[in-house]
Amino acid sequence: MSSSITPSTIPLKSIVVAQRKAVSLISGGLDSMLATKVIIDQGIHVEGINFFTGFCVEGHTHAIRKKDQNKSKRNNALWVAEQLGIKLHIVDVIEPYKEVVINPKHGYGANLNPCLDCKGFMVGKAYEWMQQHGFDFIITGEVMGQRPMSQRRDTFPVIERESGAGDLLLRPLCAKKLPPTLPEREAWVDRDKLHDFHGRSRKPQMALAEQFGITEYAQPAGGCCFLTDASYANKLSDLWENRGSREYELDDIMLLKVGRHLRPRQHFKIIISREEGETKFLEGYRKAFTHLYPTSHGGPLALIDGTAQDDDLQLAAQLLARYSQGRNANQVSINVCFMNGDTTSLHVKPLAKEDIPKTWYL
Amino acid sequence: MSEHHLDARRLLCPLPVIRTQNAVQNLRQGDRLSVVCTDPGSVNDIPTWSRINGHKVLEINNDNDEITILIEVNGLDS
Repeated sequence: MSSSITPSTIPLKSIVVAQRKAVSLISGGLDSMLATKVIIDQGIHVEGINFFTGFCVEGHTHAIRKKDQNKSKRNNALWVAEQLGIKLHIVDVIEPYKEVVINPKHGYGANLNPCLDCKGFMVGKAYEWMQQHGFDFIITGEVMGQRPMSQRRDTFPVIERESGAGDLLLRPLCAKKLPPTLPEREAWVDRDKLHDFHGRSRKPQMALAEQFGITEYAQPAGGCCFLTDASYANKLSDLWENRGSREYELDDIMLLKVGRHLRPRQHFKIIISREEGETKFLEGYRKAFTHLYPTSHGGPLALIDGTAQDDDLQLAAQLLARYSQGRNANQVSINVCFMNGDTTSLHVKPLAKEDIPKTWYL
Repeated sequence: MSEHHLDARRLLCPLPVIRTQNAVQNLRQGDRLSVVCTDPGSVNDIPTWSRINGHKVLEINNDNDEITILIEVNGLDS
């Protein structure tokens, strides 16, 4: 006689329910921190993921500038992960992200920020990671109505569709404003314990942070991407326009964060360090650019981007002299070093402030 | 146990962390990785990354403009 086991006879100890696993997009700001905490508190195993595009604002300027060397520096995404007690995977997406910046299907925001394409791209990368690592769903800190381009009722489905994540994308902070996702329908998470935040107010997030005892977090406003910055976007537009191509390398976009950028003539740009830390940073690029520095006085280092002829170099030297300690001298000696190793010395009168048109500044 | 070296000088955050993460992926428990960086943020970020991923920071040397961080892979595992 064969024996049968009914559910009621199975010892409780033998019922093993696999713990569900979620990957959370961690930006380092408050919203993703809260969304992650909401899901951790439901017993889900969560690991964080953070993408490095090259345009991320992570204190690069502070890291470079000498005067900021004593300021405390930290990667906010790593800090958040440690506060939450989760692992964080930082993924280099510099190469694939270029297509997002160069050809955004949904266009740019106020500057060169392709926010909707960017969100679809990042959720898509998180979805790939989820599949490769055996995780069950994705969470983000998005709040409906929080951002004008990527966080709207009508753009949320675009992100779900274009990322491929579909209803495996859960937004814990505004889930109750949206149709139930698979993790909710399958009761992996309790929908009743999710939230219905919407709009631009930060008060619900602040209240939830207080409830969780979270008192320290990165300032939520201001974005985390240089592409939202008007000055940076202007320099990037100039780079593309004058190269006749939108292609870029990491060094190109890093250099846009450093120094004064002036374009006195269409065929060349000069980058002049503003202080010792920037000089040191630019020194790393000396082999890749014709560069100039004053020898008769203290002063900055300048890189020439483009093809400068003799009279262009004369002008560049006068500009550089303007920013040297010899700005009021009759003559400043400037050393010019070419990429082939040749050098020459120019003796120039510094340009007066009023002789530098504002249109030269990028 | 084997010793490894990673040159992350002149890289800005989070690249030193990413390079460290990628290097550690190919190492075994107990291996040691020495990372040399120039970004001052690395002095916080690499130890934070190590702690949350179970690696032990054995030593941090901040010598003028260069920071050297010695990590023992999975050194925090019990």
